[in-house]
Amino acid sequence: MFTRIAQAAKGAMMLDAIGAIGLTLKYMARPKATVNYPFERNPQSPRFRGEHALRRYANGEERCIACKLCEAICPAQAITIEAEPRADGSRRTTRYDIDMVKCIYCGLCQEACPVDAIVEGPNSEYAVETREELLFDKARLLDNGDRWERQIAKNLELDAPYR
Amino acid sequence: MPVAKVNGVEVEFEPGMTVLQVAERAGQEIPRFCYHERLSIAGNCRMCLVEVKPGPPKPQASCALPAAEGQEIFTDTPMVKKAREGVMEFLLINHPLDCPICDQGGECDLQDQSMAYGRDGSRYAENKRAVEEKNMGPTIKTFMTRCIQCTRCVRFITEVAGVPDIGMISRGEDAEITTYLEKSVGSELSGNVNDLCPVGALTHRPWQYHYRPWELKKTETIDVMDALGSNIRADFRGSEVMRVLPLVNEGINEEWLSDKSRYVVDGLTARRLDRPWIRENGKLRAASWNEALDAVAAKLKAASADRIGVIAGDLQDAESMKATLDLFRALGSKNTDCRQDGAALGYGPRESWLFNSGLEGIEKADAILIVGVNPRIEAPLLNARLRKSWIKGGVEIGVIGEQADLTFDYAYLGAGSKTLAKLPKSALDFLTKAERPAIIVGSGALNGEGGPAVLNALGALAKKVGVISEGWNGFNVLHHAAARVAGLDMGFVPTEGGLTVSDMLKPGALDVLFLLGADEVDPTGSNAFRVYMGSHGDRGAHGADVILPGAAYTEKSGLYVNTEGRVQMAERVVFPKGEAKEDWAIIRALSARVDQTLPYDTLDQLRAKLMADHPTFGRIDYLPAPAAFDPSKLGVKGDLGDRVFASAISDPYLSNPIARASATMAELSALRIAPVAMAAE
Repeated sequence: MFTRIAQAAKGAMMLDAIGAIGLTLKYMARPKATVNYPFERNPQSPRFRGEHALRRYANGEERCIACKLCEAICPAQAITIEAEPRADGSRRTTRYDIDMVKCIYCGLCQEACPVDAIVEGPNSEYAVETREELLFDKARLLDNGDRWERQIAKNLELDAPYR
Repeated sequence: MPVAKVNGVEVEFEPGMTVLQVAERAGQEIPRFCYHERLSIAGNCRMCLVEVKPGPPKPQASCALPAAEGQEIFTDTPMVKKAREGVMEFLLINHPLDCPICDQGGECDLQDQSMAYGRDGSRYAENKRAVEEKNMGPTIKTFMTRCIQCTRCVRFITEVAGVPDIGMISRGEDAEITTYLEKSVGSELSGNVNDLCPVGALTHRPWQYHYRPWELKKTETIDVMDALGSNIRADFRGSEVMRVLPLVNEGINEEWLSDKSRYVVDGLTARRLDRPWIRENGKLRAASWNEALDAVAAKLKAASADRIGVIAGDLQDAESMKATLDLFRALGSKNTDCRQDGAALGYGPRESWLFNSGLEGIEKADAILIVGVNPRIEAPLLNARLRKSWIKGGVEIGVIGEQADLTFDYAYLGAGSKTLAKLPKSALDFLTKAERPAIIVGSGALNGEGGPAVLNALGALAKKVGVISEGWNGFNVLHHAAARVAGLDMGFVPTEGGLTVSDMLKPGALDVLFLLGADEVDPTGSNAFRVYMGSHGDRGAHGADVILPGAAYTEKSGLYVNTEGRVQMAERVVFPKGEAKEDWAIIRALSARVDQTLPYDTLDQLRAKLMADHPTFGRIDYLPAPAAFDPSKLGVKGDLGDRVFASAISDPYLSNPIARASATMAELSALRIAPVAMAAE
């Protein structure tokens, strides 16, 4: 009986409503959290796992040696590799496909790679209109690598102390 | 039997066994690199160290230590563990860490054993040594920096292959495996050293970098490159056979495989027939199955029964030959032949065309006469067995025919039929005196006009010197075609009045000539309507009027009978290419179109019919016991004349359509003709 009376008195004083208005006013005064994408962006971790890329060495030689460890570890079986000796006798891929539709962006491929050839770069903006455009071949991946190399190298360097 | 203790458990062993073998018998795994059951003991890798009491208080190499009564062997003590770790650390001092680009990666003994028995790091910080690559020919790719000097390859090439081309030079850190003057290894068994190599120093050159072992699916099947029917494991990825490895079968191939059987697989993807073709106005055009089969059926129906004929090829499975034979017999044709080489075999008891002593049994023979066959070319693994028998001693070998390097010593008796007609007394003596004499004859002696006479003379000789006795039958026909014995077993030979292969090919002999994968004959002389059914666009398909695409040996399940008469079942590894179909199914479809529908709709029904008609086919994986027969009634008595017995195969690497389509075989063949040293890469 007593609690009911106390409740009714509290309600009559509109304490809850006043509290809510107070909270609203507090957040109005703070800086806003949303960003004006794409003109503004949130900060990105160096470990961000975005679009894949095949890297090259500084002399332009592709890093990938066709060891197929990424293909073996890929849990979604998104990677397909075929290899052959190149004219100079070195071990190279003749085909390196990633089915980006299958890919789950787990990052195991870059963990498995002994030469840091396949990496998941910082890019996440590669939306396409058809499914076929998400079937990446070797040329596309190498092109990604060339395009994003500076950022990728920086990210790898930043993450290196933790590996 | 003496008894030893392994880790406290008593084990019986046979005298002469080594400590390693005794430990294996007790179920203890001993790591090893240099030791191999079929090679001599080298004892140089030191990986198999164990502790043995009584004996000096130090680890001992178990592979080279004879076991003794009352010995106590320990394989799991701290001393053994430390010794193994030490050996592994030493082995890895100079071994490069290039597993990601090494073809052995994933099936490497060094990888596995360093995981199981090694330390987690090395105390060695100096530079690793580097060794130049060597040229060992088109089958062996070398990365000599990876070599751990186990000398398995040296021992195999010297002992089993009998071609001492590989050896080790220098000492200590400079020790290197190399070939004599850097020339390629001149052995037809060279591919086996790649299997034997426990690391990635020697790898298969034709398949270099093409696959990883973990991505291949495996099918156990039968090889058809020679008549031995070696047991193989065909590994495939997707729709392509990537490699062929030997399986262990003590009765046939032990655990070796010839280069031809192994490296022919690249021929399975080249020059394939993948759709039917019909010749119109002198030009081939792509056709549908219905059109092609109708065209063949129309011609078969129009021709009279004695004007149609069929020749079966060397790589055919028994089922397709049976279906073809049934169809042509139903059509009333007598012109059916499977003997492309024209050997005078196929009439009389089954034993007259078998390798009766068996491939394993030939090791028991104490006198062998080889007539008109070069076993090194026609059956390399039989040649290795003969060499094994010769090394063991107690066997005398005589040869009539080619005077070739067979990797063992033999008495050369003569070149051909003249020698056979008047055998020197010494030759007669060694056969007569022998307890288990054997004759090995190949189609080089039995083909052509004089074939029946040679067969008769050999039969008479066999009877005279007692080749067939109680529990022993040494009358051995060595075939070179995988399909031949099955064909002869089911009677795929001309019946009374029928035409043989050479007669069928004469101009005007036939109206319709059906070539069932027959590529070793030259059909261009025949003006008949020619139908070719097979897997490759080769001699038989050349100039054919209708081409029906069939399946190669890895693309169908089928029975093959090897030269011993052992029936073996091959499994399908991948599907036939393109629109090609399994051979028996094509014949079955054709039979319906000529109103002679064959009484089977499935492969199982066909097999049941085959086994019902010819019970020998029902005994799969079974080696017929040596049965006695009277060899003197074989063939036709006649003048032997003056013929030179040349081997039926002039170039083993180009002896069938699959081999002729293979780039590796072409390379090997070129090397055979002109053995030139190539510059090492």
